Amino acid sequence: MTQVTLTNVSKRYGDTVVLQGVDLHIADGEFVVLVGPSGCGKTTLLRMMCGLEEISGGELAIDGQVVNHLPPAQRGIAMVFQSYALYPHMSVFDNMAFGLKLHGADRAERKRRIEAAARALHIDHLLQRLPRELSGGQRQRVAIGRAIVRDPKLFLFDEPLSNLDASLRVKTRVELARLHRELKATMVYVTHDQVEAMTLGDKIVVMHEGRVQQAGTPVELYEQPANRFVATFIGSPAINLLPATVAALDGGVLLSLARGAQARADVEAGGLRVGQAVEIGVRPEHLRPVGAEEAGLAGEGVRFDGEVVLVEQLGESHLVYMRTDGGEELVLRGSALTKVRVGDRARWCAPVEALHVFDADGQAHRRRAAQM
Amino acid sequence: MNRWLRSLFVHATLGGYSLLVLFPIVLVLVNSFKTRRAIFDDPLGLPTAATWSVVGYAKVLGNAAIGGMFFNSVVVTGCSLVLILLLGAMAAWALTEYRFPGNRLLALFLAFGIMVPIRLGSVSILQTMVALDLVNTLTALVLVYVAQGLPLAILILSEFIRQVPGELKDAARCDGVSEYTIFLRIILPLVRPAVATVGVFTMVPIWNDLWFPLILAPSEATQTLTLGVQQFIGQFATDWNAVLAALSLAVLPVLVVYALLSRQLIRGITAGAVK
Repeated sequence: MTQVTLTNVSKRYGDTVVLQGVDLHIADGEFVVLVGPSGCGKTTLLRMMCGLEEISGGELAIDGQVVNHLPPAQRGIAMVFQSYALYPHMSVFDNMAFGLKLHGADRAERKRRIEAAARALHIDHLLQRLPRELSGGQRQRVAIGRAIVRDPKLFLFDEPLSNLDASLRVKTRVELARLHRELKATMVYVTHDQVEAMTLGDKIVVMHEGRVQQAGTPVELYEQPANRFVATFIGSPAINLLPATVAALDGGVLLSLARGAQARADVEAGGLRVGQAVEIGVRPEHLRPVGAEEAGLAGEGVRFDGEVVLVEQLGESHLVYMRTDGGEELVLRGSALTKVRVGDRARWCAPVEALHVFDADGQAHRRRAAQM
Repeated sequence: MNRWLRSLFVHATLGGYSLLVLFPIVLVLVNSFKTRRAIFDDPLGLPTAATWSVVGYAKVLGNAAIGGMFFNSVVVTGCSLVLILLLGAMAAWALTEYRFPGNRLLALFLAFGIMVPIRLGSVSILQTMVALDLVNTLTALVLVYVAQGLPLAILILSEFIRQVPGELKDAARCDGVSEYTIFLRIILPLVRPAVATVGVFTMVPIWNDLWFPLILAPSEATQTLTLGVQQFIGQFATDWNAVLAALSLAVLPVLVVYALLSRQLIRGITAGAVK
């Protein structure tokens, strides 16, 4: 039973504020992913949980006990590092045994634990090898094995897949998910890769400029991004953002776009005034092409007329880039777009409930119709 | 063609330098196996059946005092080496790993030792040793050599310790290991090539030193080999057989240590060159 609670945690280096006001609750057995662009403070936060960085302010509690000043080992934490950090002069077995020896596990117990972990990770035939004789994926497993044998209360992962090639990354990702299920352990995972975050996390914490932007399930983040940053960070390709002005409030929100086009969004209108400048967001996968002569979809929220400037074929789907007559650049993602050619005239629509509205500060207005 | 020429030039230069360096050593070795007359008649000739003689070795090995001197040299060099490497590595670790007030100043102070030759302080060192009643002890020599060797050891080892990835230390700290264990079990094994390099570079001048044994420990009981060999060199008559034999024997320990450490040494010197 491990719960981690961060209350108003901050980190400063001299006058530079790296993290501020981080509040976070991690429930027992939860897989939490910290995600954000580089320099957002996610690794620093992880290192603070581990005890490798001092906490400048606020409180970090594990199972109700404040551990701000405890050294790493006494927090019952194991960390897997980005570079794996295997001791290069020790065999795989010794690497895994190193921490155990000092925790007073006797020889037979150590051997039993290491062999069990090695079997679970399929590295039992490698125990006598040195790290340099292993492939990247194998080293990764050893690093994870070294964490497992300690039987920690909390696992911390610092971008553990970033040094692996693409196919191995997917494989290891799946295995990490399996491992989490089997161990039922609480895990915190840092990555800058949103696919890793979305697939692994029970809860995702999006960070930017030293602050938590939003914490929630992958679906929450996708459907109800709290602000402009989260909306652009989650989803690939990124959400289309267009400047707009509030034209009328009639239960929903009516917006006018460049060159007189209109849009309708089904969001909570609290705080919006007619004439206010806002931004609307439409995800590429919510845009649908309609025939240029057709009126559009039923329940249409927004319509764009324009010219196709680029088509990218990804195999399972296509990305189509369009320049609207209003001069805006848009991306559309769809699966049956083989007939779209560069230079075509096109009309794209998105339904009312697909539209996001962000005010001037980038805060999102809650979508009412989002299927949650 | 050009490449062939360049390779020839490089090899000629290196070969020439090797000859230059090896010539005196070979000369000593060759002549140590010749009769006294042959040494003077034909200093450059190899020993023949007629001129072969090991009388020098017999004299040196038969001399009980030489064994003692050899022992003194080994003790002084060995103790100094162990202390320099251990204390140097520890200081280097502390100076690179921990941020504390005066860190920079301390590092600068220690680096100063490289620039100031320790022999400048011979008089005050002697006065200090007299005051401490350490004259004619091996301890005096060890203390001086440790002081002499530390600055370079710290400088070189700091550079290598800095290259040990920080995540290794973090990983060890997560494993709940004490700082001493991190140093002994992680850092030291990883900078072993550097330790070997520093070891060889520190050992040779200590083994060969004549100055400090002469002024600090010239007594019969504490003479080192380098100092002791001088007794065969007299004002009027020098026993060249014995001198050459003793010198040849004195080279051996250095060669043995070098052979043992050479693999590490080469890695140490070239580390960082290819990465």
